[in-house]
Amino acid sequence: MTLGRFATKNAFRNRRRSALTAISIAFSLLLLTLLMSVYRGFYIDKGSAESNQRLITRHKVSLVFFLPSFYRDKIRTIPGVVRVSPWNWFGGIYKDQKPENFFAQFGVDPSEIFDVLKDDKIAPDELQAFQRDRAGAAVSRSLAERQHWKIGDHIIIKGSIYPVNLELTVRALYDPPTAFDAVFFNTEYVEQALPRAKGRTGTFFILADSPEHVVPVGKAVDEMFANSPQPTKTETEKAFGLSFVAQLGNVKLFILSICAAVVFAILLVSGNTMAMTIRERTREVAVLKTLGFSRGTILSLYIGEAVTISLIGGVLGAGAAALLLIVVSHAPNGTFFNGFKVTGPTFLFSLAVAALVGLVSAAFPAYQASRRNIVDGLRHIG
Amino acid sequence: MAIPLSYNIRNLRLRLGSTLMTAVGIALTVAVAVFIMALLSGLRHAFVQSGDPLNVLIIRKAAQTELQSGVDRDAYNTIRTLPGIALAKTGEPLASGEVVVIIVLPRKDGTGETNVTVRGMSPLGFEMRPAVRLVEGRWFNGGQREIVVSKSIHDRFLNAGMGEEIFFGKGKWKVVGVFDAGETASSSELWADVNQMSSDFERSAAMSSVLVRSTDPVSAQALKNRVADDQRLKLDAMLEPDYFAEQTRSGAPIQFVGTIVAIVMAIGSCFAAMNTMYAAVAFRSREIATLRIIGFSRASIITSFVIESVLLALLGAAVGLILMLPFNGMSTGTANALTFSETIFSVRITLQVFLTAVAFAVIMGLVGGIAPAWHASRREILSALRD
Repeated sequence: MTLGRFATKNAFRNRRRSALTAISIAFSLLLLTLLMSVYRGFYIDKGSAESNQRLITRHKVSLVFFLPSFYRDKIRTIPGVVRVSPWNWFGGIYKDQKPENFFAQFGVDPSEIFDVLKDDKIAPDELQAFQRDRAGAAVSRSLAERQHWKIGDHIIIKGSIYPVNLELTVRALYDPPTAFDAVFFNTEYVEQALPRAKGRTGTFFILADSPEHVVPVGKAVDEMFANSPQPTKTETEKAFGLSFVAQLGNVKLFILSICAAVVFAILLVSGNTMAMTIRERTREVAVLKTLGFSRGTILSLYIGEAVTISLIGGVLGAGAAALLLIVVSHAPNGTFFNGFKVTGPTFLFSLAVAALVGLVSAAFPAYQASRRNIVDGLRHIG
Repeated sequence: MAIPLSYNIRNLRLRLGSTLMTAVGIALTVAVAVFIMALLSGLRHAFVQSGDPLNVLIIRKAAQTELQSGVDRDAYNTIRTLPGIALAKTGEPLASGEVVVIIVLPRKDGTGETNVTVRGMSPLGFEMRPAVRLVEGRWFNGGQREIVVSKSIHDRFLNAGMGEEIFFGKGKWKVVGVFDAGETASSSELWADVNQMSSDFERSAAMSSVLVRSTDPVSAQALKNRVADDQRLKLDAMLEPDYFAEQTRSGAPIQFVGTIVAIVMAIGSCFAAMNTMYAAVAFRSREIATLRIIGFSRASIITSFVIESVLLALLGAAVGLILMLPFNGMSTGTANALTFSETIFSVRITLQVFLTAVAFAVIMGLVGGIAPAWHASRREILSALRD
């Protein structure tokens, strides 16, 4: 029997205890993996190649102020800018104020928006239909499925910021690269219904010619309008999204402190198990030593056992987290965890945490056991 | 007959290392749950305390918040003449047309920028908010680029000290006073003169909202109905407390994520507690058999072990609550989902939070203890004695 086999056999000697420990670790690692995936999605992921080419320009003071629409043509003159589309938050109400009927509505320029959002897939004939109908709407496919809308359906959205009700016809369905549900409509609709909305734009969506030019383009835009009555703030798409997360409070600290609590908790669970296990086997350790096994071997034997159990928990937990995120991303109302997934590195990191926890938790009791005097050990009654 | 409680306590003390490890594991779970509940209770408190029942807030129909709303000057002048409005010392009706905008301010602790609410109000606005006190400096003067900030804005944001200048709109605004609004929604705001604000933000045609103060609760209700039913105005009116109560919804994301975290951690802790209790049962199998021989029934053995598990969990709850006590009263901010701006509130460990945490721990102890206790009571006496 090899030492590795001996360690794994030992791990399953007390099945119930090993199973309970592994399940306890699995639940903690499920949480850890979920939190790390969210953290990764927010703070580490760079976004897709297309997303890295996009910028959003808004009023410097805050999102609720408008920019003059003529900025669009001025921004176009900046070298490195390929496309610019207005992007106006409508903030209307569909049916009622229930959360399941909430979705974003943006007034855009149909002729250019899908050139900026070039990673959104849309059928050419549907795009054309959307461009031709001034009261047309392009809807993300998952939103259309959730609301049971088909092409040609009429939807009425009640204005809350603007005293205008939108009566739109669904002309196109598009597939966004991330789970971001929205209804796009022609921003001229609002301008024609409400003359005072004319000439005002909330934000501009800009496509740069390459990811390297994104920073200089952003700077150039802000410099161009720095001394005007409406100065701008231009950020990458990713940074713009993160500014909403930042408003929830110190999310980073929140996630990290829960992660720390979780890791510490599994360390205790695993440590407790190993301490119990090794205490029970005091006599056995003495026998192994009598047979000539070295201290180092005995140490690695118990550490190997602990690592085996916590790795089983780790695989279960991280696997469950990955599955859960896949299921949730297909659920109709799972808006919060949408767009996160467990990536390979996150999965491996979770397993590494599990292995490390096993190692650390067994180290102290195993070290003590390996140092115990043989005669004392053999006399031990327990 | 029941096994005395001291038996359980002595047993927990006997296996001190194991007891402590399990208890601290439960304590961490309880601590996370307490923190989240305390955040939510602080947030709810901030909104529930806000608003004066004599004040009626008027916004445009279909708008959910002042930020989305617009009220014409004509409508404002009509509202001012309605009956039931209390009069100021000067004899004017207590009605304040207000302009609400959001600006971005950098936080002092370097964690970035946040949206905060700036409210332009008539100087009568102070008189209509008797709960608010001036703690430093003075109120702004009409027509000046002067601003008063709430205490928490003063403490948490850059350039918000007395005599300092904040840049927004078309220029700098001088901070001339600091007000204390207690733990209400106003405690996250900056106040300035409405006319100066409308010209800075080009809002001269319409204001965001109108606040009126009624003479008594009955006329408050009457004013509310009268404005809401007037077809010409196209406005909606509500009592101020009702308006704020609606905004407690901003706690929803914290609640959602927090509940998931707490439940998953609790399940993990249950299994850990179960493990410890199984070990306790295995360790004491001869003792349990002896107890049975002496005449203790199976039921009393089960009860005893479940109680031991609950005691273990309660120890965990106590440690968890003690860990979290220093956070009580700490002030923090979160985005209000409806107004897009920061709402400042403090973490509150209330009696309700305390009791929920204890109940939470007891449930963990029960779930973790029942199976091992059942196992303990079922063992054959003779074989257990021979072990």
